[in-house]
Amino acid sequence: MQGPDIAWYLGVAAFLFGIGALGVLIRRNPLIVLLSLELMLNGANLALIAFARHAQNGAGQIFALAVMAVAASEVCVGLGLVVAIHRRNLTLDVDRLSELRG
Amino acid sequence: MGNFLVWVVWILAAFACLASAVGVVTMRNPFLSALALIGNLGSLAVLYLLVSAEFVAAAQVLVYAGAVMVMFLFVIAYIGPRQEAPWAGGPSWQTVAAITAAGAIFLEIIVVIGLKAGGDLSHTQPVNATFGSPGWIGRLFLTNHLLAFEVTSIVLLIAAVGGVILGSHTKRSQAADAGS
Repeated sequence: MQGPDIAWYLGVAAFLFGIGALGVLIRRNPLIVLLSLELMLNGANLALIAFARHAQNGAGQIFALAVMAVAASEVCVGLGLVVAIHRRNLTLDVDRLSELRG
Repeated sequence: MGNFLVWVVWILAAFACLASAVGVVTMRNPFLSALALIGNLGSLAVLYLLVSAEFVAAAQVLVYAGAVMVMFLFVIAYIGPRQEAPWAGGPSWQTVAAITAAGAIFLEIIVVIGLKAGGDLSHTQPVNATFGSPGWIGRLFLTNHLLAFEVTSIVLLIAAVGGVILGSHTKRSQAADAGS
């Protein structure tokens, strides 16, 4: 089973990372910023797994699983912050939330 | 024939992955963005299967597309869908700068891959059948990468505690909110 080269997977990973960075930079809703962060993490994960297959070494897959756990923690804390901001009746706009003080 | 099928599956999965990634960033409704991200995670799992990472693909669908995205959808439903018009009022200088920066990142990565791709990235040896299987991953986690395993558990524990603290709404903080 000889599929596409690793370079093709890396191209997809680069596109995912780029579009995720674009979303983080231009969107103002913190929820969408978190979703775009997930895109960036997934781009990195795809590159890690493609390189693990290329090097025939399991460390890349282990690291991808660790990245998944970190992403889950990040979503947990990020969504907690979003809910806390919503409870204080502040606008969900990252430009207006530049000072996270009481 | 098998080769051709792999290419077809790869192209379909990669196209779905890229299209849903664009959807995540461009949709106005956060709910639709989250649904597009679920599609993105699913097509990424197909790509993981093609590079013989079976356990990571299963974990991706279960943990990411299952648990994490359900939490996202719950929070979006709790907050209420609010439409945002990211492209309204013409491109501001921030948007132009963001597109330039993201394009620069993408181009840099592509150039680096292109410099490397001619050499050793294009030859991939076949792997044995246990590569990426759950038993193999578990053995690696409990032998060579035990420290990563333990640190991951501590990170998850701290995140859970942080989520509870951020989400708890005590009488004292209510009084503080009313006072402020």
